[in-house]
Amino acid sequence: MTCLHLLLTLVFAVSLGTPVEIQRPRGVPLTKKQFYEESKPFTCLDGSRTIPFDRVNDDYCDCKDGSDEPGTAACPNGSFHCTNAGYRPMFIPSSRINDGICDCCDTTDEYNSGAKCENTCKELGRKEREVLQKMAEITKEGFLLKQQLIEEAKKGQQEKQSKVTDMQENKKQLDEKVEALRTVKETAEQPEKEAKERHLKAWEEQKAAIRLEKDKAKMAETFLELDDNADGFVSVSELQSHAELDPDADGTLTEIEAQGLMGGAEQVDTSTFESVWPKIKDKYHSEVSREEADISCLVRCLLCLCVVQAQPTIKTPEKTHEDEEAMPPYDADTQALIDAAQKARDDFEEAEKALREMDDQIRNIEKELSFDFGPDAEFTYLYSQCYELTTSEYIYRLCPFNRVSQKPKYGGSETNLGTWGSWSGPENNKYLLMKYEQGTGCWQGPNRSTTVKLTCGKETVVTSTSEPSRCEYLMEFTTPAVCQEPANIDPSPHDHVEL
Amino acid sequence: MAVISIERMGLLSVVCVSLFFSSTFAVDRGNFKTCDQSAFCKRQRALKPGQSPYRALLETLELSDSRLTLQLINDNNKVHLLLELYRLQGNMTRVKINELKPLKPRFEVPDVLIAEPPTEPLSVLSKDDNGVVLSLGAENQRLIVSARPFRLDIMEGPEVLLSLNSRGLLAFEHLRLHKDTQAQADGAEVKESVDGDQQQDEGKKDEDGESEKEEDGLWEETFKSHTDTKPNGPTSISLDFSLPGVEHVYGIPEHADDLKLKTTDGGDPYRLYNLDVFQYELYNPMALYGSIPVMLAHNTQRTMGIFWLNAAETWVDISSNTAGKTVFGKMLDFVQGSSEKPQTDVRWISESGIIDVFIMLGPKPSKVFSQYASLTGTQSFPPLASLGYHQCRWNYNDQEDVKSVDQGFDQHDIPYDFIWLDIEHADGKRYFTWDPHKFPQPKEMLQGLMDKRRKMVSIVDPHIRVDSGYKIHNEITSKDFYVKNKDGKNYEGWCWPGNSGYPDFTKPEMRAWWASMFAYDQYEGSMENLFTWNDMNEPSVFNGPEVTMHKDALHGKWEHRDIHNIYGLYVQMATAEGQIQRSGGVERPFVLTRAFFAGSQRYGAVWTGDNAAEWDHLKISIPMCLSLGLVGVSFCGADVGGFFKNPSTELLVRWYQTGAYQPFFRAHAHLDTTRREPWLFGPENTALIREVIRQRYALLPYWYQLFYQAHKTGMPVMRPLWVDYPKDTATFTIDDEFLIGSDLLVHPVTEEGSRGVTAYLPGAEEVWYDVHTFQKHNGAQNLYIPVTLSSIPVFQRGGSIIPRKDRVRRSSTCMENDPYTLYVALSPKKFAEGELYIDDGHSFNYDTKKEFIHRSLTFANNALTSSNLCPDCNFLTSSWIEKVLILGASKPSKVLLKMDGKETPVDFEFDTSMSVLTLRKPGMNAGADWTLLLQYQRYFQC
Repeated sequence: MTCLHLLLTLVFAVSLGTPVEIQRPRGVPLTKKQFYEESKPFTCLDGSRTIPFDRVNDDYCDCKDGSDEPGTAACPNGSFHCTNAGYRPMFIPSSRINDGICDCCDTTDEYNSGAKCENTCKELGRKEREVLQKMAEITKEGFLLKQQLIEEAKKGQQEKQSKVTDMQENKKQLDEKVEALRTVKETAEQPEKEAKERHLKAWEEQKAAIRLEKDKAKMAETFLELDDNADGFVSVSELQSHAELDPDADGTLTEIEAQGLMGGAEQVDTSTFESVWPKIKDKYHSEVSREEADISCLVRCLLCLCVVQAQPTIKTPEKTHEDEEAMPPYDADTQALIDAAQKARDDFEEAEKALREMDDQIRNIEKELSFDFGPDAEFTYLYSQCYELTTSEYIYRLCPFNRVSQKPKYGGSETNLGTWGSWSGPENNKYLLMKYEQGTGCWQGPNRSTTVKLTCGKETVVTSTSEPSRCEYLMEFTTPAVCQEPANIDPSPHDHVEL
Repeated sequence: MAVISIERMGLLSVVCVSLFFSSTFAVDRGNFKTCDQSAFCKRQRALKPGQSPYRALLETLELSDSRLTLQLINDNNKVHLLLELYRLQGNMTRVKINELKPLKPRFEVPDVLIAEPPTEPLSVLSKDDNGVVLSLGAENQRLIVSARPFRLDIMEGPEVLLSLNSRGLLAFEHLRLHKDTQAQADGAEVKESVDGDQQQDEGKKDEDGESEKEEDGLWEETFKSHTDTKPNGPTSISLDFSLPGVEHVYGIPEHADDLKLKTTDGGDPYRLYNLDVFQYELYNPMALYGSIPVMLAHNTQRTMGIFWLNAAETWVDISSNTAGKTVFGKMLDFVQGSSEKPQTDVRWISESGIIDVFIMLGPKPSKVFSQYASLTGTQSFPPLASLGYHQCRWNYNDQEDVKSVDQGFDQHDIPYDFIWLDIEHADGKRYFTWDPHKFPQPKEMLQGLMDKRRKMVSIVDPHIRVDSGYKIHNEITSKDFYVKNKDGKNYEGWCWPGNSGYPDFTKPEMRAWWASMFAYDQYEGSMENLFTWNDMNEPSVFNGPEVTMHKDALHGKWEHRDIHNIYGLYVQMATAEGQIQRSGGVERPFVLTRAFFAGSQRYGAVWTGDNAAEWDHLKISIPMCLSLGLVGVSFCGADVGGFFKNPSTELLVRWYQTGAYQPFFRAHAHLDTTRREPWLFGPENTALIREVIRQRYALLPYWYQLFYQAHKTGMPVMRPLWVDYPKDTATFTIDDEFLIGSDLLVHPVTEEGSRGVTAYLPGAEEVWYDVHTFQKHNGAQNLYIPVTLSSIPVFQRGGSIIPRKDRVRRSSTCMENDPYTLYVALSPKKFAEGELYIDDGHSFNYDTKKEFIHRSLTFANNALTSSNLCPDCNFLTSSWIEKVLILGASKPSKVLLKMDGKETPVDFEFDTSMSVLTLRKPGMNAGADWTLLLQYQRYFQC
């Protein structure tokens, strides 16, 4: 047999400078020493069987729970206790005994493997104390900062609360003002409307008179044009020369059709032409204006716009005439009414705008107040702030309670790594993790999301980012807001040393 | 890994790439040729069985001691071929056919055979105008050469074992001058598509203008946007083999298909052409990453093998006269005494090269394995650690990530040996370098792993980034080691780094240089616990035809067409050589490859490429690795969990349970999948995965011993049942369970939501013991086994002894000196035997210095004895025997250990319910001679 089976080991623990010698089987913690009595048979700790004591730590597994081999690797489920004097005691799986890898800082796990282990417990203990001390300092300072943050948050919250209250009060007044101005406005608008209507009506009448006159003039002109032989009568044949007047649009104005237009008469004089005129005026093409149009068209044809532009000119020649000019300006009285109404309107709109702005402000403050900023509102100060971390490739940006993003350092567009979702820490303290979700989608994958891990620190800073799984980011973030009240006990290692 | 995902292309021209690759899930079949789209396959396959135009010119027969040569003539075109026949030692026949006077040499594949196969004398038994009868020596075996038409038959007694060209499909496209230059060429030249063209109405076709028609694809061929210029014109070859009495053929990997090969009538032939197939489909004959042109034929009487040594694109047609017959039809034949004997006909078609066939006559399966091993070598003996569990992912992001995954294994008390780094670890996909931001201190990382007695693999692919700031590229350029395109310039194609060159691994000088790059001072940041993964070595060329290299690219004077299927072998060969050299020839290498060829087994492990997280992919991993095992490659595995997509937790657990019982055990995942380290699925599933990985580690002594055996004899480690039960027809098509060695039978659970599996336990007079409960079951039965998520149906054969190391630790290296537990499973005749192999686990000293322990363990006559199988070996172990379990024993009155002339009593316990006798701590050294004697009082024995 090649293995050494040291049943018992001497364990030295250094405590308060006095060496104390304790005898117990290898790998057994002090708390279980009472179960391993050399003079008695050993009962497996699960009670499953009892074996002679010389089978404890004999490098053969007899107990199902592994309790007979605390100091060897024989049992698959055993665990080995190292005292690690100067550092922290710990249990390791017994499969790590003599596996050539130093697990216990006191080297007790490698007693027969040839592994060259050095006792590093003191060093580790020192380092741990340093770290703990540092941590304690950070925690202490951080916790103080946190108190300030809480104070500020409370103050801020109160301020905001009272601001909201004030604003709501102001808003009420503003509401009333708006209503009052609305009445003023409506009152001013009624006479304005009437005066304007009057003015408009007068203008319409004037326009109608002018149009009638023009129509008459046109009729007379037309009569003269039609009366080719200038006999003072327009005859059927004279009318027939204007094919565009063809009522059935077959292209020719027959004699009967022309007669029809003339009310059955063979010819009409200027006065009877008045009854013919309404039937033909819409279709009638003035011989003069036609030629004019053709010429102007020809000119314009050079610009290749002829066909498109000429037609409306021909069809609605009146539009170009001067008679349809702008409405004449309001008279002084009307203008005065209008000015008064406009002022009322402006006043009203201004007040209304102020009300809207007030509403927005209230809503924003209320939204902010509705966020879960922690049990003592200690996270309030992060609101509407952003924190950046630059890595070799990217600039990461965390805007707490808003979004996380990533931008390539050397140009390129920003990618949304998630927008504020929820606190998602463990049940006992959900404020240790923030979850940002529904960022930009990944190719063949999910939408990007980011988990922000918060740790206690004096400063508020993003310390690292990583992408442990495709499109699932992890960001580490220190803030005083998660610093816990330092325990009153002194974190010295003495508490952990076994006696 | 290794796909064309648009995302992974990163800064590559996405637009360009997306033209070629679909992002939908499942292979884009349109990217790969069917036989109809491969001009030579189409031409050859157009030939139907019939009278062969070839005739043996017996007057040209020359017989030297061990070699017979004979000319063949194609009566259609009068081209002469030279037939060479060799009788090889170990009951093999080699048949070579080449042009008698080719216009220029045709390619013969080098570096596959480990040596020129030793021959044995051939003798002529008789000869007449019709042919020659040659004696193949023992077993009353004869080789008959028939002259008109030419055919070969191998007979044993009155039985024909195998015939060549019996269906007249020998077709040899001789080298010829192109039409343009033909004017000044030999006027006798007769053009036709395939020289062996079957022309029942001879001559007629030749005149009717058919020969004038420039057939498509003779001198140029276009597939998708790629044109193959074919400066040598048509060069394909074909030969048929008939296997009377054979209904089951296996092998010719790699295909995602059943173990038993299917007939290919009405579909495409099985294709052998190393290709990077994105998201491959299952159950079809499409080519995959590797090719081994070896087929085994098996029936209850005999196992034979056909090894077609050709590295060009190859297609294999299989037909059978019994295929398609229903069970009822077969029964009817049996009852009526059908005169038709079952027969399988096989036809091989290759694009270039020569016909060089090795016929391995068995007759036992083990004999075929040793015959093939004598030609191409055996599985390399891997470092013990590489048989442990491998944790891979595309990608472990940075050193911190590696560290935290490593710690995760310790936190969850799960053993592992290797953590892997995929392509993102390198600086801009420049292999042999490290990303300066993510992996700034590779040695520190490797040292951290070494402190835990663990190892790492980094990927080194054979495409080299064209970048004048990259040392590897500059050296290859200055040494002129790149593959050339048809115009003689460096061939360039797109792969992970963007524009890439491809080193010409067919050049020995190139391989020597490549090997030297693995020296510790060349591969900066490497250490002795860093090993290598060769991916994309088909080679994969994203913008090449069928995602590979252009066939008219040049490797020296040979076209890529000639060497395609062996390129990947050379990459792994050179890499493995590099690892050996860096240790001064002392340490065994570990190299994983995706592409492979016959002989690749000598260089390391292979895996089944980019599978998917689907139940069918889990299932197919079994036949895929079984097929590889049959043709020499024992070190095979599939990505545990599936590469593409996210597995359900159940699938992941089942995959671990299956993978733990397959030779190469590595979890791997695509970049776009969510993390899946074993502890990310809740404590119950972590426990299930931990348990199965521990089972793997406990069995490492057995795995290691089997790999030693594979290395020595060529016996596959993971085997189909029929290999050990060759007369049991019930085993011939089983590929949902398998044997590990002869002694463990595994039926993994590969169905979603399974509540039970039916395992076939072979062996009419055998018993099998459930390795978890020790319950005994009779052989030759279908056993229904109810299962839960924790069940892995595994049985140990009664009659076997399996050594285990039940103390599972962090890594295999940590278990080096641990004691053994012997699991002695008694046969019904109360007999059992096994072996124990021990060496240092990592060096060549077992070979160069005989530093190993090899012992035979035998249980007979109530005594378990360990005796030395290698008396002149020397190796000292501190491992000892801590426990012996004898399954199927009865309770003795006393147990004695006899050692060094002394007898000492040994404590024991007996479990009556399962008849398990446990000997407590006998304690002898694992390398010692000893006997454990079970004593029974007389009255107990009656």
